[in-house]
Amino acid sequence: MGEAIVVTSGKGGVGKTTTTANIGTALALMDKKVCLIDTDIGLRNLDVVMGLENRIVYDIVDVVQGRCKLKQALIKDKRFDYLSLLPAAQTSDKTSVTPEGMREIIKELKTEYDYIIIDCPAGIEQGYQNAVAGADRAIVVTTPEKSSVRDADRIIGLLEKEDIDPPSLVINRIRKHMMKTGDMLDIDEIVQILSIDLIGIVLDDDEVIKASNHGEPVAFQPNTKASIAYRNIARRILGESVPLQSLEDETGMFRKVKKFFGIRS
Amino acid sequence: MQDTKQKQFITIKGTRDGLTLFIDDRCSFEDACRELQEKLSVNRPQKDEPVVPVTVKLGNRYVYDDQIEELEKIITEDNHFKVQTLESNVILKTEALEMLEDADIKVFNRIVRSGQVLEVTGDMLLIGDVNPGGKVVSTGNIYIMGSLHGIAHAGVNGDQNAIITASYMNPSQLRIADYISRAPDYESDGVYMECGLIDDEKDKIIIDRLQVLAHKRKRLNGFERRIING
Repeated sequence: MGEAIVVTSGKGGVGKTTTTANIGTALALMDKKVCLIDTDIGLRNLDVVMGLENRIVYDIVDVVQGRCKLKQALIKDKRFDYLSLLPAAQTSDKTSVTPEGMREIIKELKTEYDYIIIDCPAGIEQGYQNAVAGADRAIVVTTPEKSSVRDADRIIGLLEKEDIDPPSLVINRIRKHMMKTGDMLDIDEIVQILSIDLIGIVLDDDEVIKASNHGEPVAFQPNTKASIAYRNIARRILGESVPLQSLEDETGMFRKVKKFFGIRS
Repeated sequence: MQDTKQKQFITIKGTRDGLTLFIDDRCSFEDACRELQEKLSVNRPQKDEPVVPVTVKLGNRYVYDDQIEELEKIITEDNHFKVQTLESNVILKTEALEMLEDADIKVFNRIVRSGQVLEVTGDMLLIGDVNPGGKVVSTGNIYIMGSLHGIAHAGVNGDQNAIITASYMNPSQLRIADYISRAPDYESDGVYMECGLIDDEKDKIIIDRLQVLAHKRKRLNGFERRIING
């Protein structure tokens, strides 16, 4: 029996789709059977990030409305067999999928796959309701910006009402130099406000954008900071305890320095 | 002032603050009204005299709203009287229960997150944070064991004596009764172990150390407070 994880954020543009693609890829690299679901109907792009756009024949709306079987709509990844994608529809409107429909699909997928990663659309309307419906746990993505932390907080509040495990947090797009100068919220501050488990931090990396433009999730690359970060998140999902990336001891140092000055002044 | 009646239901006393009317609580309301009318017509003040405030003491009598109206009508009509207060030792059970509800302290342990509103009747004890964009509302006091980053509104039904305390106080707005204060526009650090209350002299909400409560709000207990304030 697999586990369904929804990746959500409230705010748009914080990297839900990228996170979904990369966590999925990283889990698949660790020999887990993974299925990605794009629930952003009308604005799909998980398929683009995965480089599977031109293989789409059927989509999630076709499955819900019974025009095809679930197996027919799933797209096998071109790189390896362990990864599949259930794409969103581009033309239908959001109301064509219901939470019940989603639950059905996820229940069926759980028998086949170890992990089902659901990419949630921005906002807290119907699309969000659909995405969360069948999930067992949630990953909330935020960036070190006030507005995105605020929306993450809102989403966590809504998730607490759902019947799922407490959500975990991914802080995305961290810019080391800005955090050092205090121009960006630092990690401790965000974790303190949101008070949920931190499952990973991802540095802002040009490679991420380059990779997703090539339709090749960055997690495939062996050595970039971001790919290591995503693979670490995947390992933490599997239950390993992996220390946070090197940035953490830098902020640790930074904190000590601040504290030092704090005492002096 | 001698009365020929054997038993009188109404006693009138003059004090420095005006007149006090004692209405016997054992006679019927109609009898009391009748006698009151008679008494007042005898003692009617002159037209050019200033308006006299009247305190009505009802003893252990419960009066309904329409009876209050009737009493006020009798006292004010054609007279230079003004009913200042009606005092009765009795309240309805439902009112008492409401009072108790009002005085009760409700405990929560959760985080009030952005977009969430936590509302209670009575005092609120929140063990947890109020995040930015979150809101807590109570008819009495608000005590927060945690950080207050959002909005807190105490005494929402108009209790100006209500207070707000927090372990860490960095609110976007504090509201007490119909007063509002907001955080400054510049980025500011919060303060630890402080409280917000209405300062009567400055006529606005101030934030001060918790210790000042000991002499500024001697009666924090909602029940006592309400019984005393009527």
